[in-house]
Amino acid sequence: MFLSFASTLLAQSSDWIAPTIDWHALAPELVLVAGINIVLFLDLSLEASKKWAMATITGFVLLGAFIPVVTLAVIGDGTRSMFDGRYVVDDYALILKALFLLVGYVVVLMSQTELEEGGYYQGEFYVLLLSSVLGMVMMASARDLVSIFIALELLSIPAYMMAAWRKRDEKSNEAGIKYYLLGVFASAILLYGMSLLYGATGSTLLTDIGAALSDGDLIGLEVVAVVFVIAGFAFKISAVPFHSWAPDTYEGAPTPVTAFFSVATKAAGFVALMTIIFIAFPGADDVYEPMIWVMAVLTMTVGNVMALRQTNIVRMLAYSSISQGGFILMALAFAGSPDATGAALNAVIVYLLVYAFMNLGAFAVVIAVSRKTHSGEISSFGGLFSYAPGLAVAMTVFFASLAGIPPFAGWFAKFNAFRAVLDAGTTSAYVMAAIAAVNTVIAAAYYMRVLRVVWVEDVPDGDTSPVNPPAPVVAALVITVIGTIVLGVFPDLVARFGDIDSLTGAFGG
Amino acid sequence: MLVVNFLLLAAVLFCIGVYGVIARRNAVLVLMSIELILNSVNLNLIAFSLMHGSVDGQVFALYVIAVAAAEVGVGLAMVLMIYRNRRSIALDELSEMKG
Repeated sequence: MFLSFASTLLAQSSDWIAPTIDWHALAPELVLVAGINIVLFLDLSLEASKKWAMATITGFVLLGAFIPVVTLAVIGDGTRSMFDGRYVVDDYALILKALFLLVGYVVVLMSQTELEEGGYYQGEFYVLLLSSVLGMVMMASARDLVSIFIALELLSIPAYMMAAWRKRDEKSNEAGIKYYLLGVFASAILLYGMSLLYGATGSTLLTDIGAALSDGDLIGLEVVAVVFVIAGFAFKISAVPFHSWAPDTYEGAPTPVTAFFSVATKAAGFVALMTIIFIAFPGADDVYEPMIWVMAVLTMTVGNVMALRQTNIVRMLAYSSISQGGFILMALAFAGSPDATGAALNAVIVYLLVYAFMNLGAFAVVIAVSRKTHSGEISSFGGLFSYAPGLAVAMTVFFASLAGIPPFAGWFAKFNAFRAVLDAGTTSAYVMAAIAAVNTVIAAAYYMRVLRVVWVEDVPDGDTSPVNPPAPVVAALVITVIGTIVLGVFPDLVARFGDIDSLTGAFGG
Repeated sequence: MLVVNFLLLAAVLFCIGVYGVIARRNAVLVLMSIELILNSVNLNLIAFSLMHGSVDGQVFALYVIAVAAAEVGVGLAMVLMIYRNRRSIALDELSEMKG
């Protein structure tokens, strides 16, 4: 047996030919890799007084990686597939790559001042941030279990370190270790599922797995594999009941890092889940649909109910981000229904794009205000309008958008998600839509409570000196406010993203 | 067939690992339990690779080993950092934040 196996190996090695590499399609990743090295080596030679330059360089690296994404989209000559379809650059991948690079850029703007004033390790931080963004950019193109796993770890491992960045602060320590242990545990569960998936189907390529799972009824091994893979990703997107790490990690980590986690790593988890569900699991919809249905309902309900009783704004935003995750997940629960498939993919992508702007913006306001108040309590935002009207208006835009009030972008994301659910047209879809509608009202209650504190209540300590947010944070606020308003008024800009055709190989297509 | 024995061993290792993660309160023991799960994954991958007669599973296992090493590096650094600040690595004492 071993002899025959050795001969199989030799036979495979003899006809090995070097893969053809499409350098243009890989350019965003290559720019990021070069940028990581530049930042790392410049950091070694730069003296402490010039470390501020690191943030600027990191920003340029992210913008530099954006250029090939744009050129690829403009040339638009269809799908570029490499390594036997294991790494694919299609419209779906390009939109998400652009999203991750933009989120990375805004997070750099938000963290610059915080890192400088805290005297933290600036160069190392940006190296880790860029590595994590590289993992996300790879995740958008990964179409194989191995490359999905590598991308997931590349984006997670730097994130564990960023959560624990204030290393003398016990809260930050706790945030880091909780995120690390649960994240690694989730990866291990996911890997076990992947190993069973490989065993049941004989391939690690998603399209092959999809073909094998669609072929006749599922056997027990395949069911277990699908359940484990979905559960593994549920940790990453902090879906209830796998969410216990999220509030503590979000509260303890530095605020810009929290913004990064709640938007970027969560979006990356959704991207991986989407890719796997649409390409590899079309034949397993009987298994994943009920599972995701239950998770989506629990996630939005538990997230909202817990958010209602928070007094710390970052912790409230943590629970709010969990419940928003439930709304994103809601559409995926009907990904296998023939009527809703296309709408579900579109709903998730639009939601991720819109959510990135409004949630990053909410965190930018928190960063700007807590620089003055040195407090994370919701009551410390009292009377914000009287001494910082600009910030108060920005905050209103973001929170109204999160609550789904037109004309801010959030309404369109929610509308799309509801449409996808209702397109499915089954009883479970109507029940889901009803539960989600109730949850939208609950969510509006706690967003409005914060806005009432901002507009109506008095300044708690009578200190009405102006806030003066640093220039990079103002830039982040401008980008996110414009994004939130423009996408809300002209939703057509994003509505066409995420057609089912843009994801190569979805449902065997 | 021979493969079933490997799979059973891997399943047992996986269960021991999950039990360890849930039941242990020492951070280093939790890390070791996670390593057990990852090793059960490797056993699975290699057994399936043998069954299918393809190298994919073995390549995957090599990646898992390399990434596991990186993860443990970060994990031990974090445990050390916590030990320096608190003189303890008991996970149930980590409860600064509640609610």
